[in-house]
Amino acid sequence: MNATPTNVVPFDEALTRYEPVIGLEVHVELGTQSKIFCSCSTSFGSEPNTQVCPVCLALPGALPVINERAVESIIRMGLALHCSVATWCRMARKNYFYPDMPKNFQVSQYDEPICTDGWLDVEVPLPNGQGTQTVRVGIERVHLEEDTGKLTHAGGSTGRIHGADYSLVDYNRAGIPLVEIVTKTITGTGALAPAVAKAYVAELRDIMRELGVSDVKMEEGSLRCDANVSLNRPGDEWGTRTETKNVNSLRSVERAVHSEVERQAAVLDGGGKIIQETRHFQEDTGVTTSGRSKEEAEDYRYFPEPDLVPIAPDPAWVDHLRSTIPEQPSVRRARLAADWGISALEMESLVNAGVLALVEQSVSAGVSVDAARKWWAGELLRVANERGVQPGDLPVTSRDIARVEELIAAGVINDTLARQVFDGVLSGEGQPDDVVAARNLAVVSDDSALLAAIESALADQPDVAEKIRGGKVAAAGAIVGAVMKATRGQADAAKVRTLLLAHLGVSEEP
Amino acid sequence: MPTTLPPLEADLIRQSARVLANAIATGEVSAREVTQAHLNRIAEVDGRVHAFLHVGGQAALSAADAVDAKRSAGEFLGPLAGVPLALKDILTMRGAPTTCGSRILEGWHPPYDSTVVERLKAADIVILGKTNMDEFAMGSSTEHSAYGPTRNPWDLDRIPGGSGGGSAAALAAFEAPLAIGTDTGGSIRQPAAVTGTVGVKPTYGGVSRYGLVALASSLDQAGPCARTVLDAAYLHAAIGGHDPRDSTSIDSAVPNVVEAAERADVRGLRIGLVRQLGGEGYQPGVRQRFDEAVEILTHLGAEVVEVDCPHFDYALGAYYLILPSECSSNLARFDGMRYGLRVGDDSAASVESVMSATREAGFGSEVKRRIMLGTYALSSGYYDAYYGQAQKVRTLITRDFEAAFAEVDVLVSPTTPTTAFRIGEKIDDPLAMYLNDIATIPVNLAGNCAMSLPIGLSPADGLPVGLQIMAPPMADDRLYLVGAALEGALFDRWGHLLIEEVPSL
Repeated sequence: MNATPTNVVPFDEALTRYEPVIGLEVHVELGTQSKIFCSCSTSFGSEPNTQVCPVCLALPGALPVINERAVESIIRMGLALHCSVATWCRMARKNYFYPDMPKNFQVSQYDEPICTDGWLDVEVPLPNGQGTQTVRVGIERVHLEEDTGKLTHAGGSTGRIHGADYSLVDYNRAGIPLVEIVTKTITGTGALAPAVAKAYVAELRDIMRELGVSDVKMEEGSLRCDANVSLNRPGDEWGTRTETKNVNSLRSVERAVHSEVERQAAVLDGGGKIIQETRHFQEDTGVTTSGRSKEEAEDYRYFPEPDLVPIAPDPAWVDHLRSTIPEQPSVRRARLAADWGISALEMESLVNAGVLALVEQSVSAGVSVDAARKWWAGELLRVANERGVQPGDLPVTSRDIARVEELIAAGVINDTLARQVFDGVLSGEGQPDDVVAARNLAVVSDDSALLAAIESALADQPDVAEKIRGGKVAAAGAIVGAVMKATRGQADAAKVRTLLLAHLGVSEEP
Repeated sequence: MPTTLPPLEADLIRQSARVLANAIATGEVSAREVTQAHLNRIAEVDGRVHAFLHVGGQAALSAADAVDAKRSAGEFLGPLAGVPLALKDILTMRGAPTTCGSRILEGWHPPYDSTVVERLKAADIVILGKTNMDEFAMGSSTEHSAYGPTRNPWDLDRIPGGSGGGSAAALAAFEAPLAIGTDTGGSIRQPAAVTGTVGVKPTYGGVSRYGLVALASSLDQAGPCARTVLDAAYLHAAIGGHDPRDSTSIDSAVPNVVEAAERADVRGLRIGLVRQLGGEGYQPGVRQRFDEAVEILTHLGAEVVEVDCPHFDYALGAYYLILPSECSSNLARFDGMRYGLRVGDDSAASVESVMSATREAGFGSEVKRRIMLGTYALSSGYYDAYYGQAQKVRTLITRDFEAAFAEVDVLVSPTTPTTAFRIGEKIDDPLAMYLNDIATIPVNLAGNCAMSLPIGLSPADGLPVGLQIMAPPMADDRLYLVGAALEGALFDRWGHLLIEEVPSL
């Protein structure tokens, strides 16, 4: 790295003197089958320059035709973000020379974005587990554009074009439809700013996934985030902002804002000025380094794209699309948590485990909330992880879970046996009842058989028997354990205990 | 009918496309013979005319053979099957280079056919080769071709018009009976006027632009060039119609231009003379022939009235802001990175320096001038004053047309202010060059259609004069109705087509 070492002011200290203002630009690659202006495939990971044609290579004479599915996707995204949808707007050309753009202009949108003026409520976790706070993030605009090709710079130390020996261009990505979502400036979040940034991108990602418009994989670049950060002293005007790129994970979004606050505070404390520039986030060190300076504003010479006709979505179509917008993920989570009587933290653990939808399915199939949570987030998740599959791909149905619960409630099996029942179901041994029968797993409920086992255990451990008789009820555990072992877990432990105490004529401690 | 030319056996190259197509269809002559006759003519005269940048003799003969085979097999042949055609070198075609008259595209062989070429092939038209043009269609004389000028068959010291001078000269030199041009501000009509041929700029969106290398996307339009109005109509019908690959293509049927050309009747039509076109700056000889033609139209039963199009006076100014703006962006892709010329790549040079050196070496002065004008006009702080203002003028010109067409069926004017000027005469005076298109530009700005057809020789210099007919969008049939009627009346007066007066080469 050729980055100059930067002094930092610790985050908490920086916040005592400065207020951060942030703004986020998120690019989402749409998951359409074909590119935005031609029929080339958009699939990821093919051999370089195999998914190209005269249109996306911008050969002389080739013309674009807009992909209707891309327009549909962006309108749905805008609606999910509570935006207004334009009744008439145009694409625009953004002119600049760069070899990753075969036309040397990018077809984008300028002063006529298709979606404007929306908002998104995000749940931001407070420090030290003090619950969450809802922050409303304003959405400035959501617009459609084409992705550029991908440059690989060979030689040189930085992996960037400057200093590289040569560069290779892959135009497979050129023309993949891209949606840019720009927030309004987010102010007044103080020390929460990094967490707000992270929560916003996470919520956005969940929404896009729910809408089915993108696979939103940050590691593959189908969701990319640029973080704008500035600091100002309380009461002052907003400071000069920097734009940090190369932020490739949710954690990095948070870290990038965090480190930029620390860096800018140090510059300002030292009487310096923030340079308006692009910065790059370094995953390994967690700091941002200087990219190209934006002091000389580039003139992109935007003008309406004359090769495309205006986009004028029929209001009836937009209304129809509005009816296809799923419930916002955070709203859905809050609703389910309330319905189920579980805490936000418990809900978060279901979300993090990736089993929320499965729990919801099982509950609506009649499984109790507790049971659905217990099995999906517990034994079933464990097996899924062990097998390296998604929990939803396990060969177990909500009916199976419901039946296991019934068997437990009826006292036929206990939790320990239930795990064995699931093991059988997941191993293809049939439905729960089949497994119980085949593996002979039913709880031993014959009192005389249990009493025999109890007597045998007491005989084996006369000292323990004495203790219990003497009133040390806590010692009963040893006998119960021995009985459970003798019955290979097929006894109801509580029942064994009751029988044991009755047999010895001892009552439970008050 | 005015399409009666000398007897077929006398001279294949002097026939109209329709006569040739009929002769091929009936087996009177083979498509190969027709093609060979034109290839021979090209070999004989093109050294002096320089209408062609590329002649694909083998490909043309193979295409002709395919037509002959179809005929032998009794298959259906279209109305222009086997007829040779000259293609402006701005439309892509597999198997041949496309240069756009520029060094920067030297060596580029497009891997795809333009829609126009696809349709020509589907109509079994035989493409002889690619014709010369001003570089990227910027010019009115074909002198701005990087491959040297084309000469006007009427006088080899004079320009054949531009940018499509090659296509027009090929017709006038009897190197091809049909040609394709493109018209951004007059590049079909002005060459037609100065070479005594017929050229039509169809309604914007009437012919697909897919595969037409863009100069100014919102103005460009490909169209038919021929020696007779009827031939142009058949060619128009063959290339026109909706194309899903061009977003700006109009999704409706081509107006019935062939039927209109055959009907050739102006009785009861209202024809408007545009007061702003044809006055000061127009040569007396041009005005004289124009006035005579208008008189003939009156005789034929049309009602002629004067109309005002006040904003036409600002058309040239608006055009020279919109065109450079779009072209500065359209031509950005020519950077030496992917195809064509590449200069300065010593494997140590930066991307920027190779792009810069390539464009410096690859573009001619007129192209650079317009790229710079456009870059300036679109710049932040100037956009509203230039590009934005020009778009407003464009709207006003469209409204002028709408108001005029509420009163009349078609408008007429001289196509050009002057007859063909001498090579070199205006090459150092861009403004004088731009003024050639003063009468043709309004149509491109408004997106409607127009035709130029020959109406006689100027008494001053004995060179052809053209008359322009303008009609509303998607009323292209009216051009042919009026054009064919006028052509027929002139034929009756002269006993031949004007083109037959062209000196032998």
